[in-house]
Order: sequence, then C-alpha cells, then structure tokens
Amino acid sequence: MTLDPPYLYPDYRSTLTRAPSKPLLTLPAGATELSGPVFGERHVGAAAADLTRQGDGEPIGERIVVHGRVLDAAGRPLAGQLVEIWQANAAGRYAHDVDRHPAPLDPNFAGAGRCLTDGDGIYRFVTIKPGEYPWRNHPNAWRPAHIHFSLFGRSFMSRLVTQMYFPGDPLLAFDPMYQSIRDRKAAEALVATFELASTVEEWALGYRFDIVVAGRYDTPTEES
Amino acid sequence: MTTTEAQEEDLLGLVATPSQTAGPYLSIGTQWNANGRAVPEGTPGEIRLSGSVTDGAGVAVTDALLEFWQAGPDVGFGAGSGPPGRGVQAARWTGWTAWTGFTRALTNADGRYSMWTVKPGATALGDAAVSSEMEAPHINVSIFARGLLQRLVTRIYFGDEAERNGADPVLRGVADANERARLVATWIDGGYRFDIRLQGEEETPFFVP
Ligand SMILES: [Fe+2]
Repeated sequence: MTLDPPYLYPDYRSTLTRAPSKPLLTLPAGATELSGPVFGERHVGAAAADLTRQGDGEPIGERIVVHGRVLDAAGRPLAGQLVEIWQANAAGRYAHDVDRHPAPLDPNFAGAGRCLTDGDGIYRFVTIKPGEYPWRNHPNAWRPAHIHFSLFGRSFMSRLVTQMYFPGDPLLAFDPMYQSIRDRKAAEALVATFELASTVEEWALGYRFDIVVAGRYDTPTEES
Repeated sequence: MTTTEAQEEDLLGLVATPSQTAGPYLSIGTQWNANGRAVPEGTPGEIRLSGSVTDGAGVAVTDALLEFWQAGPDVGFGAGSGPPGRGVQAARWTGWTAWTGFTRALTNADGRYSMWTVKPGATALGDAAVSSEMEAPHINVSIFARGLLQRLVTRIYFGDEAERNGADPVLRGVADANERARLVATWIDGGYRFDIRLQGEEETPFFVP
C-alpha cells in the first residue's frame, strides 16, 4: 500500500539495520494469500475488552472509551474481526521487562485487550489514557500517547498492525513514526476523534477510531 | 482500481488505515496465543520448524513476533467458520477439526523462534475451481518488530520437496539460486530450520506485504 510508511526511514533509527535492502518480490493471489485466520468468542473472553477490570483494583489514570468501526477497502463492515490492543499505563510505562522508563508500574494495569467486532463491524474497549514516554531515538525523544492496534482483515494479505493517537497531541509533530507516513490524510486517519456521544457521563471520555483494513488482494465482489 | 471504484472510495471518504510499527513491547498484546503451536503436542505428522532472526548488523532480533499461516496437509482452505459476513477463506484439515492454520511465536533472548505444525499440502494458485496450477507446500510468514514500520512477509518452503519446488511459480520467479535457497527450510537434527535475515548480503527474500 502506497499510504504505508517506507521500511527505511532514517529518522526512526531502528529501521537502519532492520529495513530490507533488496527489492521486494510479489506474491501471486494464491490460496494462501486469499485466505486468513478466523477467530471466535473462545479467543477473547468477556473481561478482555475492559482493561480497567483485569486487576484486583482499579488502575490509576483517566478512564476512556475507545470504539469505532472496522471496514474493508470497499467500506463494508468487517464482522467478527479480532481486534487486539496493547499500551502503556497512565504514567507512560509498559508492563514489560524491557521497558526501563523510571515511571511507576501499575499493579492493576496489564495494558492488553482484545475483542471481536459485532455484526456492524463495531468494537469497543474501556481503558486508561496511556501516558507519553521517552525513547532513545534522538535527543529528548518522546512518543505521543498511543494505543497499539492489531487486525487481520479478510485475508493474509490484509494483516494490519498500527497505532492510534489522540487529537491535539503536540508530540505528533516530532514523532518519526507518525511522520513516516507521507500522506497527511493517511497519517490523520491514525488520530482518534474526541466524541461526546460515546462519552459516558461522570465515568469516561469517549474516543472514536475507525479502521479501514484494505488488503492488497481484496476484491470488491460480494463476500462468500 | 478503476476510475469508478476510485470515485466511490472518494465519496465514502475511505482512507486505508496505514501501518505503524508494533514496537518493542508487542508481546504484551500478542503473547496470549504466541506459543508457536499450530498443532497440539503429539499430533501425528507433527514437525518442528525453528531458526534465528538477525538484523543487518548480524545482531539477534530478540523482540520479533512471527506469524505463520498455512494450508492443512489435505484440504487447504474453505469457507470461513466465523460469524456471517466475516467472508474469509479459513484453513481446513480433515485430520483435526480444531485446526486453524495459524500460529504465532516470539523470538527469545537469543533471537531464535520455534513453531510446531504439520506439513502443508500443495495448494492451487488462485481459485481452485478455475486454476490447475499448483504451488509447492509452503507457509506464509509475517514478521513484526521494533524498526519495522510495516510487517515483512516471506514464505517457507521445504527442502525435501525438490520436485514440487522446481515447479513452484513463486520460486521459479526468483532468478538467483542463492536467494531461492533462502526461501527453503532445511532438515537438520530432526526438524526444519529456517533462518531469517532482515537485511544485508544474506537477506531473506521478502514479498510486498
Ligand atoms: Fe508503544
């Protein structure tokens, strides 16, 4: 997809030794490309969509609702789609051994969730607004607040892992990952919209993040 | 894409959501099903596939997620078993009803991965109903990691399938024999070995994702 970032983007230093250096080959639209894994209720569980209820107590931070529609390239809703998310806690710390940022861990926040989209392609998570965090990419480098998203789409060729950002974040202008997307409209598609309609009174702010999972070999024909 | 389709997309205001890196902490969200097992232990015909992932500097990639997608030994792919509207061709295998054709594995502190599966059968190129051209047994692989702004895609073929590999349209399309060999797992110590090099002279051939 031309709207995706390039593999080599020197401002994001890790790409220097990990981006492939040879031209990419093309896979045919074979049976393996046109098919993909199917997930069901047994893969998610009731608690998985509410990241504020996975510990013994409530996590610290600003409670938020993150929801949206998952569509294919033709704008059709993707029902029964597995949506996985992971994120830092409110202090900008991941519950991960490799994260050495000296911000507090939250014993009540693991930072992982998943759910299936409903018949209209709609997903909904309750979580905590993640904190910004420093990384060693360049002097005074800070990641804008974000939630990692993973979706499978209609086939192997539509697999998507991306990040959702928050509106008005001043760090977006300085973030090599966000800036690696050259098309402004495509980059802005990663910024959620604050939404009063999904804000729960005296409980949680609502954010909307619609996702278009556009596989290279997706056809605009009727689904089977 | 035809002009009409492009115009329709414009009317819908649809922008394909772009990829971003899975980052160094991808295991938090994916480890729940990243045990590398496409089949349970003791499955007849079970094979182990393992290898290393290294970067362009020869350094072990210790924070990668590999995803494997493949046909079963016999049927290949069929209508999806998911909810109506899912519209995906799912993996089928008469040997095990719970077969999904999918598994994941995280690389360890040495940059190594392992997965267990059954060898896929040959699959039709394109729609089996209209195509007689076959592809040699293969596993499609997605690689996610810090430093990869979008996933890498490669294929694993099997070294003991010389005849079918020789007729495979994808392998035939790779002119350089050394490069072709980097798409083929070799049988070593009772399992298949497939090393992945992200960058450099020995780079694994990757496909447009
Ligand atoms: Fe992150």
